[in-house]
Amino acid sequence: MIRIQDLRKSFGELEVLKGITDTIFQGEVVVVIGPSGSGKSTFLRCINKMEDATSGDILLDGNSILRSDVDINKVRQKVGMVFQHFNLFPHMSVLDNITLAPIKVKGMSKDEAQKVAFDLLDKVGLRDKANEYPSRLSGGQKQRIAIARALAMNPEVMLFDEPTSALDPEMVKEVLQVILDLANEGMTMVIVTHEMGFAREVGTRLMFMDGGVIVENGNPKDVFDNPQNDRTKLFFSKVL
Amino acid sequence: MFTMDRTMAFFEIFINGRYYETVLDGLYNTILLSLIATGVGLAIGLVVAVSQILKVESDNRFIKVFVKVFKFITKVYVDIIRGTPAVVQISFLWLVVLGPLDLPRVLVGGIAFGINSGAYMAEVIRGGIVAIDKGQMEAGRSLGLSYGQTMMVIILPQAIKQMLPALVNEFIVLIKETAIIGFIGGMDLMKAADIMIGNTYNFEIPLIMVAIIYLMLTSILTWFMRGIERRLNKQG
Repeated sequence: MIRIQDLRKSFGELEVLKGITDTIFQGEVVVVIGPSGSGKSTFLRCINKMEDATSGDILLDGNSILRSDVDINKVRQKVGMVFQHFNLFPHMSVLDNITLAPIKVKGMSKDEAQKVAFDLLDKVGLRDKANEYPSRLSGGQKQRIAIARALAMNPEVMLFDEPTSALDPEMVKEVLQVILDLANEGMTMVIVTHEMGFAREVGTRLMFMDGGVIVENGNPKDVFDNPQNDRTKLFFSKVL
Repeated sequence: MFTMDRTMAFFEIFINGRYYETVLDGLYNTILLSLIATGVGLAIGLVVAVSQILKVESDNRFIKVFVKVFKFITKVYVDIIRGTPAVVQISFLWLVVLGPLDLPRVLVGGIAFGINSGAYMAEVIRGGIVAIDKGQMEAGRSLGLSYGQTMMVIILPQAIKQMLPALVNEFIVLIKETAIIGFIGGMDLMKAADIMIGNTYNFEIPLIMVAIIYLMLTSILTWFMRGIERRLNKQG
């Protein structure tokens, strides 16, 4: 469970998050949508401290992750992240990309880590690419590997930062399918996306952000079909 | 200047006095000196580069102050090295700092040139590191790797590939620059030429001879560097 309390974040003069309060329960799939510049990516990146919150608090399983005596590397083992631009390690094979953190951080043996990696490669349908280098993969394949890499640490929560925004249209589906499978397995996830159809399908909750605040927050079908706020209505009128 | 007689006379002394051994000695020292200097320069350059890039994550006040002081020291070091002639630095290190330690001159020279070269390599290394997409650091950190681990396993291996041509170039610069080791009485190729000049009263042949050897050394390295560049471009 992640509790977010009055989270604020400023970049210099610019306040990007203006007080976010929310609780993400285990098994929830929270989809975050909103216009660009609304702070949704920053919000996501605060959850695993990729960005330092300016004020407020974030509690993971009841413990603040913002306190200075917290070992952030320990926290990040529980929170997997998938990036818009995949960020695979280009100098390593697919298998090494996936096994690196389990070996280095968790102290897994190489055999054990590779076993985990192959299971995950099966899951994302890319077992035959284990020994390829990232440069030989398509965008969709890269992103599926990136998901497998994050899952290899067996995280409690997965964060997705616009996972399909950098993909060619024909590759979006294969990545969304992997995320959908994860949702069906009960993985707790926070997903920032522009894929509205997907948001409706996968989300157990939809969060609409604008101007650094949560404008609307609820069941995806309710929010889509019956938005309460004018800003939400305006946004939907543009994207749907 | 270039008369047949003069040249013949030189080579007679060159062979009879076994001065080719002096040249080989000098060549050996030049290469050894440059290698030591490159090693020392790389180590210093890496520390300086990382110190300049480093962002403190800890709230520990001691660590914060320590890093701040360290950053300041490395910056002063780079400014001094870049702002003064190498020959002054080498002489100073030899006569004032390292001289009294009674070490072999080639080692002292290597360390001294390494200290000089480190300031330049730091810039090459820093450039190589910051050229790596910041998403790489984020990906490593998001998996729970520490800053140091991410640096060593993810950033540096990629950065070194980018930096390799520039670092080989720095090695070429060192091969040529170490010619001033004679200022502190060290033996190298240039010193070998000096010795031959002193003993044969022939200036032109020894200088041309060592110039050709320097040129061959740097040409081989340049050729090697181009090869690396070609391979990297293919991968790119």
